[in-house]
Amino acid sequence: MMFKNILLAADGSPHSFRAAEKAIGLGKLTDGAVIEILYVLDGSKSKSDVLKYGDSDTASLKRKEMLSRYENLISESGLSCKTTILHGTPAETIIKHANQGKYDCLVIGSRGRSTVQTMILGSVSHKVMKHVKSPVVMVK
Amino acid sequence: MNFTEKLKKEWLGNVRGDVLAGIVVALALIPEAIAFSIIAGVDPMVGLYASFCIAIVIAFVGGRPGMISAATGAMALLMINLVADHGLEYLLAATILTGVLQVLFGVFKLASFMKFVPRSVMIGFVNALAILIFTAQLQHFVNETWVMYALVALTLLIIYGLPKITKAVPSTLVAIVVVTAIAITMNFGVRTVGDMGALPATLPLFALPNIPLTFETLMIIFPYSLALAIVGLLESLLTASIVDDMTDTDSDKNKESRGQGIANMVTGCFGGMAGCAMIGQSVINVKSGGRGRLSCLVAGVFLIVLILLLGNVVVQIPMAALAGVMIMVSIGTFDWNSLINIHKIPRTDAIVMVVTVGTVVYTHDLAKGVFAGVILSAIFFAWKISRVKVETMLSEDKVEKTYFVNGQLFFASVTDFVAQINYNDTVDKVIIDVTQAHLWDDSAVGAIDKIEYKYEQKGVEVEIRGLNKESSQLMEKIGGLSKASGH
Repeated sequence: MMFKNILLAADGSPHSFRAAEKAIGLGKLTDGAVIEILYVLDGSKSKSDVLKYGDSDTASLKRKEMLSRYENLISESGLSCKTTILHGTPAETIIKHANQGKYDCLVIGSRGRSTVQTMILGSVSHKVMKHVKSPVVMVK
Repeated sequence: MNFTEKLKKEWLGNVRGDVLAGIVVALALIPEAIAFSIIAGVDPMVGLYASFCIAIVIAFVGGRPGMISAATGAMALLMINLVADHGLEYLLAATILTGVLQVLFGVFKLASFMKFVPRSVMIGFVNALAILIFTAQLQHFVNETWVMYALVALTLLIIYGLPKITKAVPSTLVAIVVVTAIAITMNFGVRTVGDMGALPATLPLFALPNIPLTFETLMIIFPYSLALAIVGLLESLLTASIVDDMTDTDSDKNKESRGQGIANMVTGCFGGMAGCAMIGQSVINVKSGGRGRLSCLVAGVFLIVLILLLGNVVVQIPMAALAGVMIMVSIGTFDWNSLINIHKIPRTDAIVMVVTVGTVVYTHDLAKGVFAGVILSAIFFAWKISRVKVETMLSEDKVEKTYFVNGQLFFASVTDFVAQINYNDTVDKVIIDVTQAHLWDDSAVGAIDKIEYKYEQKGVEVEIRGLNKESSQLMEKIGGLSKASGH
């Protein structure tokens, strides 16, 4: 099994940074592997970010800063990367994007949401595990 | 992109998505418009007319396509006293005046002044709004039987439970239909929307408010209109930013201010109460695929069509179902992140947020809360920036002492700064190093002069080191004068 095109679901949580490290580990096994960082922005996140940072421009700047931490991590390890930001509900959007592209695997952190949020909203990673067709690595 | 192309894109760029989202929004708007009318103390029709008029007008004149404006809780909460003391006609007049003020805000481009409202105040505003919407529901529980509590619980259960099974239909609508059907068939005799006021199935008519056009009237409505104008714009511009962020597009904030004003002026003339943009509905709209101006228009038209066709069913909606929907609205409005992260943000920001919320909950006036929050933030800012750090270093031969000054030197900080200088040093030379400091005003220059003067009286040589360009220009301009007079 070659992991050449790796999709990494990122949300800024510690879990997803550990997922990034695992994605890099997988990418290093294949020459010329590419990691695509996928960030999904949903309505409630937009609301809390705009409240937190004042306006949309600052909020997207802060998001880019957060994503550049993943980018740096990946480029420092010598792999190439690209970043995709999509709008929508996290689980559905990740599943759709992952199934549309040709990815050898998807790497995702096990939990970004708090326990309470998971209880109400369900776990993003569980839904993703169920519906994404490529192999999925869930990092604890 | 020329004007017609832009117009075409904003109206017809996304017809299918806009129409579907507009219908979803209209269904969610009806219970909210009725509930907000009840909060304001007017007939349900006033809120429904407002939602109809505002949604349609803003579709044409708003600055943020894809954003939904209608009767809102924030505005309803500001009207309670006006309606209770003076009645509906004064509310309509206040609504028109609110519109006039908002148009002026837009024309004079005051939208940019909203940046003087700190983020912690905005978060406090949103949280206070959520708390007030929640507490406004408590009156419906007074002297009620367990049936009421059970129906509210059932409403909430459906609202939060149904999306886990299907997202095809809006869960609030299903909750209202189910609870209404149960209440009618079981004949519980619980209070309904019909008990709260009339709901005639007629279109709104143009009529100017029936009030005496006197200075006294103006004095009654002006304070309410000003508060409504400010709160309306705050929430509208905040919502516009959220929609900007969700759709990755930009919007014209001054045009939006003018648009909100025009919408309120029209609404007041058609018997509706003042409104503004709605965060919750706009998020629902965008999530349902709404992007263009068409969705807000469809929402307004569909809302009034439903009311005209189903008015006799709407009056039978039990208050329990509406209270349930409002509890959901308040939970959705509250910024829970701010509570979870309250220990992580700077303490002064947390205090500003809590004071804003406290002021609103105590006075029931969102405008007063915002005002208190802004003032407190300004005080905290002055206090923070007026702290000057002074470190000292004695040379090895103990004849020279250097003061390293770090901070902003201005009227509020000089006392603190001068107090940290010790004139009793037994040294030959003192160096005041201001590389890390900035002199802002006359008081700062005066303080430096005073230090020089006091040391020189004791026969200690003084050197000021590291003045930055603006500071030394300021010193030259006024320093020379005060120093000359000091000698």
